[in-house]
Amino acid sequence: MALTEQEILAGLGKIVNEITGIPAVEVTPEKSFVDDLDIDSLSMVEIAVAAQDEFGVEIPDDQLKHLKTVKDVINFIQA
Amino acid sequence: MRLSQGSPGARVLAFGGYQPADVVTNDDLAQRIETSDEWIQSRVGIKERRVAGPQESEIDLAVQAGGKALAASGLSSSDIDLVIVATCTLEAQIPNAAGRVAHRLGIEAPGAFDVNAACAGFCYGLAAANDAVRAGSATNVLVIGTEKLSQWVDWDDRTTAVIFADGAGAAVVGPSETPRIGPVAWGSAGDKSEAIMVRDRNSFLQQEGQTVFRWATTALHPVAKAACERAGVDPAELAAFIPHQANLRIVEAIARKLGADNAVIARDIVLAGNTSAASIPLALSRMIERGEVPSGGLALLLGFGAGLTYASQVIELP
Repeated sequence: MALTEQEILAGLGKIVNEITGIPAVEVTPEKSFVDDLDIDSLSMVEIAVAAQDEFGVEIPDDQLKHLKTVKDVINFIQA
Repeated sequence: MRLSQGSPGARVLAFGGYQPADVVTNDDLAQRIETSDEWIQSRVGIKERRVAGPQESEIDLAVQAGGKALAASGLSSSDIDLVIVATCTLEAQIPNAAGRVAHRLGIEAPGAFDVNAACAGFCYGLAAANDAVRAGSATNVLVIGTEKLSQWVDWDDRTTAVIFADGAGAAVVGPSETPRIGPVAWGSAGDKSEAIMVRDRNSFLQQEGQTVFRWATTALHPVAKAACERAGVDPAELAAFIPHQANLRIVEAIARKLGADNAVIARDIVLAGNTSAASIPLALSRMIERGEVPSGGLALLLGFGAGLTYASQVIELP
């Protein structure tokens, strides 16, 4: 069964918090990882790897660079 | 046909390291390219690195480190019958480095060959030395990792200029009644060969940072664990863990996943940068000099880099 946006958002918030220390509540769909959350490219790789373990969806590096916002990642995982 | 008479085991007798004198700080780099001390430290963990000038070649660096290891081993040049140089940054490929380095150190007519396994090169060379001593192909081996990455880096490219540096490290390997160098766990991933490469002789080194970071933080701790298993050593027994000094974040991620809870973790990259094949023996020689690791303790080495290549083994510290 496909995960809901809320379930993925909660999972992403937890992952971002574990990797960067940013509070999970700050991870909201419209936020940009780089511009709003100040997450660098290597931490994005760590988030992608953790998201793969959590949601079973691989996010390759050539896709990762197009995923700017939290919503972009949610959409990619749902697709 | 007869077989050669080998030794039951091999051991590292001594390490030696050498860095060129010129320090390049992050602020120095920031004057040339768009970067900052804060940016570099947070991304790769490096505060400063050393760079050799035009008068000092990768051969010179190797001679310095090799000479130090030889002196510390208590052996003389005439005791060495095999010299292995791990490097991927020779200015010219012919002749090889090992013969020239041996000659400069007064080692007469040894077997002499180079290993190109990039940043994994020292661990590959150490494995070859271990096998040579055990098989009887050599009695005492000088293994050197030497790199002058500065001559292959585009100093205007901030994705590589902030990372790579020059240096050399060496080990003397000799016979032992008991095994003090463990079995190697090695391999390669040629499907990712373009992740770190120099495209042709007129090009600079280029690296796909995210690809390498993902690979290093997900594929390598199983290799390190395999080396422990093959040696019959539990990671909790390790006194030291010396992964290739690629990036401090990679070093710490692998260390966390390995579970070497009692080990001193090498963080030499902070003051040395990424010196490819030199980084492991350079880091270890400095840890030994500072008394951070115990003689007789177990250390896990893990080399990884362009190829992609990787190799890992447990050794007993000299």
